[in-house]
Amino acid sequence: MDALDLARWQFGITTVYHFIFVPITIGLSALVAGLQTAWYRTGKEHYLRATKFWGKLFLINFAMGVVTGIVQEFQFGMNWSDYSRFVGDIFGAPLAIEGLLAFFLESTFLGLWIFGWDRLPKRLHLATIWLASIGTLLSAYFILAANSWMQHPVGYEVNAETGRAELHSIGAVLTNSTTLVTFPHTVTACFLTAGALLLAVSAWHLRKGNQDQVFRPSLKLGAWVVLIAGVGVLITGDLQARIMTEQQPMKMAAAEALYDTSKPASFSLFTIGSLDGREEVASVRIPSLLSFMATGSPSGEVEGINNIQQQYAEKYGPGDYAPYVPVTYWSFRLMIGFGALAMAIALAALWLTRRGRTPANRWLWPAAIATVAMPLLANSFGWIFTEMGRQPWTVFGVFRTAESGSPAVSTGEAATSLIVLTLLYGVLAVVEVGLFLKYAKAGAPEIEPPADDTDDADRPLAFAY
Amino acid sequence: MELTTVWFGLIAVLWAGYFLLEGFDFGVGILLPVLGRDDRERRLLINTIGPVWDGNEVWLLVAGGATFAAFPEWYATLFSGFFLPLLIILVALIVRGVAFEYRGKRDEAEWKRRWDLCIIVGSLVPALLWGVAFGNIVRGVRLDADHEYVGGFFNLLNPYALLGGLTTLVLFTLHGAVFLALKTGGEMRERAGALAARLAVPAIAVAGAFLLWTALAHHDAAGWALSAVAALSLVGAALATRVRREGWAFLATAATIVLAVFALFVTLFPNVMPSTIADANSLTTTNAASTPYTLKVMTWVAVVFTPVVLAYQGWTYWVFRKRLTVEHIPASPIPVSPAPAGAATEAR
Repeated sequence: MDALDLARWQFGITTVYHFIFVPITIGLSALVAGLQTAWYRTGKEHYLRATKFWGKLFLINFAMGVVTGIVQEFQFGMNWSDYSRFVGDIFGAPLAIEGLLAFFLESTFLGLWIFGWDRLPKRLHLATIWLASIGTLLSAYFILAANSWMQHPVGYEVNAETGRAELHSIGAVLTNSTTLVTFPHTVTACFLTAGALLLAVSAWHLRKGNQDQVFRPSLKLGAWVVLIAGVGVLITGDLQARIMTEQQPMKMAAAEALYDTSKPASFSLFTIGSLDGREEVASVRIPSLLSFMATGSPSGEVEGINNIQQQYAEKYGPGDYAPYVPVTYWSFRLMIGFGALAMAIALAALWLTRRGRTPANRWLWPAAIATVAMPLLANSFGWIFTEMGRQPWTVFGVFRTAESGSPAVSTGEAATSLIVLTLLYGVLAVVEVGLFLKYAKAGAPEIEPPADDTDDADRPLAFAY
Repeated sequence: MELTTVWFGLIAVLWAGYFLLEGFDFGVGILLPVLGRDDRERRLLINTIGPVWDGNEVWLLVAGGATFAAFPEWYATLFSGFFLPLLIILVALIVRGVAFEYRGKRDEAEWKRRWDLCIIVGSLVPALLWGVAFGNIVRGVRLDADHEYVGGFFNLLNPYALLGGLTTLVLFTLHGAVFLALKTGGEMRERAGALAARLAVPAIAVAGAFLLWTALAHHDAAGWALSAVAALSLVGAALATRVRREGWAFLATAATIVLAVFALFVTLFPNVMPSTIADANSLTTTNAASTPYTLKVMTWVAVVFTPVVLAYQGWTYWVFRKRLTVEHIPASPIPVSPAPAGAATEAR
């Protein structure tokens, strides 16, 4: 393994890991803000208890998202310096804007929210969590604009003299058609993730008969969010597939391991075999589905890997332009499968708990609790699919992964970094999950009667580290 | 003025802002074992920066992002060249950030002791290494014709850069002590104030030596002037700590840090990363910069949004302006009431 392979492993590991915490942050901040709004409007105590309970889990998660995010910001320069030199003129702008507009907003207002319970008027305190939540969404937009530019570069020209990409239209970069479908797809997936978290933790408590007043509404909220967000994920995913077919036909072909151009093209639920287009042992196929996903028409033509490879070899010169197909094929299916499974369980949970029922159903509760992992897996496979499916390019059609690394970084340094960060992330995962379970199991806190407002100078803080 | 110069200035401002703000965070972390004699005192110290440390750290992310956007060549050379020190800083910032959030989430002494260690080391190491990094940038490093750093790790540990590291370490520690004297009440205020007064003397010696070395090595008139004012300001801080004028002392250490950063950047200009191999290999504000169009876009973004950010971040400090004492620290950080088993009878 050379430094480039190590850098790729590090990027994969740290990014997938970072994106465990990000969707929970994005989805849960809005749900907590919603619960706090419900309390603010109705004054019902169980909403406040729910706000505090989910808020606490949110913060345990948020800390990890923040610190793993610093690595993301640094490693473009550390491990991908030639990439950074090539794209900096374009790619750096959304990153810097993300910091200025989004990171400041979420960190500052979250600090105010955490410590401001007894410092700010209720209404203003409510506004802080909403602003933090808006910050997370803004952050998602700009970073996805940067990523979308790698999938579908727009608004730029390559300067022949310097050999670098140069920005010509920031408007084009920020309204990239890829961004416009990727953002809603990602954000709905974030809500699906947070909804599943509510569903799973609430199910754990309801099964035990704990705090019904807090966790029944939370379970319903979580399940509804999973369903509604799930429908959003499906619709936006469908749009994305069509845009992807247009912009990166190789990725669509690799998603199906479709080697020869077909009209209509079927979609296989699974395949037993080597996926290299030679020896398929068995597969279960839905006729015309791939045509529909790729083109919107059940009889549409979908180009195959071999045909696209031929075109690309003519266009970009000799080389292998297909991604590693087993990864794209399976990650695409696992993404869809885990997302769909979470939706099915949410639907079952809603039905079985309708009108105050608490069924003694043997499989519902374990399934509902397991739902927490499904969107996390679906998200990870989605990113693995879209990033691996873009290979051999970092910027599709423009800049190759092979030329993106850091010449100044030795294999030993890259290996050190990969090992240190992986071990550290591993230890932190154990700590994080431990704390998360402890606080999830502890249930919603009792609300202490409000302290008298006569003199607050010496009263202990409502919240302290 | 050229936009490249404007952005060089803005990046100086971002680093100055980062060191000004996270400087006292680091100082508080470093002083945790010195000033925090028991758990409650340590919690008092951590809570003085509780609501703000994360926002302070964003200055680093924006400084990094802005460097990427405005001077991609600088970002690429610096981050890949200073690979191992930056990796160490990353690890430090990760464990430190998590420690603030997680320390109070369990009551066991061992748990807290470990996170305290993360906070101390996670504050001390970046406070030292940022100075080493900037010392090397100003001194110049071995850049080849492709602007790649070829100097290796141990060449970064030269006497000048190490003195730079020591300078940021003592300055941030002093800044932290001064901040604590300003932000706490009662006995802690006294102890922090007394410690700040003691720390001020070595700080003057170390920072003075570093600034003098810088000025003598570069003969830059503006650099001389800024260094002199920074040094004077540090002397002012020392005097203010003696008479316990905490507000003035904080302003003075803040000014010292900002002016020292400006002195380094002015000395650096028009280079952003000079090469010690050949002048032609140096990265400058011109050859490291993005295109004028990108700089123009970024300038608009900065002009519109920076005042907004400054306003709400400043407001946060206003909201949490009250001095904290140990009496403000609740007995257990978060009371965890285990859910009553079988509490299904709860009112529906």
